[in-house]
Amino acid sequence: MNPPPTAGPKLPGFARFLRRLPLHLVIIGITLIWIIPAVGLLITSFRPSQDINTSGWWTVFTPTVSGSPAYDSYCAACHGPSGQDVPSADLTDRALVDKYPRSLQLLAMLRKPLADGTPHIPGGQYPNAQEAADLTEHLRALAGKETQAAFTLDNYVDSLMGYRGTSSYRQVCAAGNPPLDITCTAADLLNPRGMGRAFVNSLLVTLPATLLPILFAALAAYAFSWFDFRGRQLIFAILVALQVVPLQMTLVPISRLYAQLGLNGTFIGVWLFHTGFGMPYAIYLMRNFIGALPRDLFESAYLDGASHWTAFYRLAIPLALPAVAALAIFQFLWVWNDLLVALVFLGGNRPVMTYQISNMVTSIGAGWHLLTASAFLSMLLPMLVFFAFQRYFVRGMLSGAVKG
Amino acid sequence: MRQGPAIPWFYLLPALMVMTFFIVYPMITTVYLSFTDRTGQAPVSNTCVEGQPCWGIFENYRYTLTQEMDTSSPGALWTSFWRSSFGNNIKWIVFMVTAAVALGLLIAVLADRVPYEPVAKAVIFLPMAISFVGAGIIWRFVYDYGSTQTQIGLLNAIITRLGGQPVAWIPTPGVNTFALIVVGVWIWTGFCMTILAAALKSVPDEVLEAARVDGANEWQVFSGIMVPIIMPTITVVITTMVINTLKLFDIVYVMTGGNYGTEVIATRMYREMYLNYNVGHGTAVAVVLVVVILPFVYLNIRRFLEQEADR
Repeated sequence: MNPPPTAGPKLPGFARFLRRLPLHLVIIGITLIWIIPAVGLLITSFRPSQDINTSGWWTVFTPTVSGSPAYDSYCAACHGPSGQDVPSADLTDRALVDKYPRSLQLLAMLRKPLADGTPHIPGGQYPNAQEAADLTEHLRALAGKETQAAFTLDNYVDSLMGYRGTSSYRQVCAAGNPPLDITCTAADLLNPRGMGRAFVNSLLVTLPATLLPILFAALAAYAFSWFDFRGRQLIFAILVALQVVPLQMTLVPISRLYAQLGLNGTFIGVWLFHTGFGMPYAIYLMRNFIGALPRDLFESAYLDGASHWTAFYRLAIPLALPAVAALAIFQFLWVWNDLLVALVFLGGNRPVMTYQISNMVTSIGAGWHLLTASAFLSMLLPMLVFFAFQRYFVRGMLSGAVKG
Repeated sequence: MRQGPAIPWFYLLPALMVMTFFIVYPMITTVYLSFTDRTGQAPVSNTCVEGQPCWGIFENYRYTLTQEMDTSSPGALWTSFWRSSFGNNIKWIVFMVTAAVALGLLIAVLADRVPYEPVAKAVIFLPMAISFVGAGIIWRFVYDYGSTQTQIGLLNAIITRLGGQPVAWIPTPGVNTFALIVVGVWIWTGFCMTILAAALKSVPDEVLEAARVDGANEWQVFSGIMVPIIMPTITVVITTMVINTLKLFDIVYVMTGGNYGTEVIATRMYREMYLNYNVGHGTAVAVVLVVVILPFVYLNIRRFLEQEADR
């Protein structure tokens, strides 16, 4: 016999906290591991491109204040703490400091011997890239120039306008010497290399490719739920099996067919493909919901003389709105985030956001300032949708199979 | 209500048409094309050359299965298999599915006990909402390898801070596939967690309480009661994850382009078809992919039929 259960002694708050500490550490630890990579991307997308490549994004939390260790170890011995001890090279002189705007120029200068032939830095120990970047920053401060802002929107502007280069879109347009495909007008928002155009294309692909499957699936789901016809079970079972057909299995014949029909690189080709491919899951989800609606409701509607069509759009659709919402979110995210279909059927013809980004990585090798901003732009809408409709999203996922 | 025999088909027609055209027809055609040559026009057996290995009409399958393998010795075959797209896919299945399901289960069980459960779950689920492409960029940045002393990639910065040597995660064969698998785990754990958490909610509280009252510790409650009750759901999650893993394309494409020995079946299919323009090879790889997936599809359909029987 088990001893009768004794109520455990009430633990004082602190002991209880200690006992649960490992639990908190595990959960908080995992959560941090999950969020930190994304935070790094977000922060980086707001940093000047020069900073991105010379220091980690986490350094924004520990800004170097006046008094730089790099300056103290390399320069202070000769130039003095205020930078004025060498009269021929007064570091508080703006004109002098302006000659070395970046760490690269500064390093090149430091590596050259002085006029009398001795090394610029005694001992020949030169600063590394990080220290050189700190030095440039410190020299600007000494010369009284305002230091560069730690955050900027330039990356987003460059990414939207499709500007790629060493300076930024705003700078080249202010200077009036933009590259050929940049006009410095609002038309740049639709530059085919930019994320602005890709955003529009993604929307144009996604909205019809979300609405069409829902419409078709609702009709079919109603038929599977409230009609009696031969082969109903069989067709539905085949449909469930079709859910797991990999995309790869269908690409080649369709792209060959599209090539003959001239549909490659057109929106309509992608809409239809996504509609067909999303259909099995859409019907499955809708049928599970519409089929679970109370039978009496439909029986009495029919008795009152309602036709099937009336029952469909006056009864089934309004009642199935949660399923419609779940399906809409699922299909929206699926199409918006899709790369393979866009790559095969649209390509560079009508670049969508995922294509534009993968192109930056694989063919262009764009810098982190563009990649981070572009990636974040492409995530903006999905994250909004996700946070606004998380409930429906989870429900859609739980209602059974998962497409792919 | 009674209806004419044709009425249901009007409701089904649009759906059945697009499905036939975009799934059934291409599936059959893909199988057919896998027996043709690189143009898809003539039987592949025409390309057989006297004196070289050829499987006749199955030549594309011989190519698909053996092209990446070094058959000079059993040892070389073993090594080359693990570097092939098939070997890599097996690594993905074993490590990513295990890690994602285990982590998902861990969080599903533990997060219930902390007050900030919704926040933790939302954070872990968030990667499901963003694209694989976006996730690929996020992690490429984490894995960034600087040739200078400054490491702007988080992982290498941590390693150098701890006194280690930075690692070129992406181009180093052997390491890179696992680096990519971590990205997969990051994306899919939320999915496993959500489904398993829903299953755990269906475990009756009285059963758990009764076990605790009888003196079972938390581990016994977990392994002896929770896991057995939600075992059907765990199986479903595993089969679904295996199917997802086999179809996986975007992560590898964005992070390595299938280079540096990270190729998987799906990226190989894309390469054969759209970079090498070989219809026969591309479709044969696709068919092999489906054949590998079939057993798991069978498991999922059996589960579906059981569910239907319960309705």
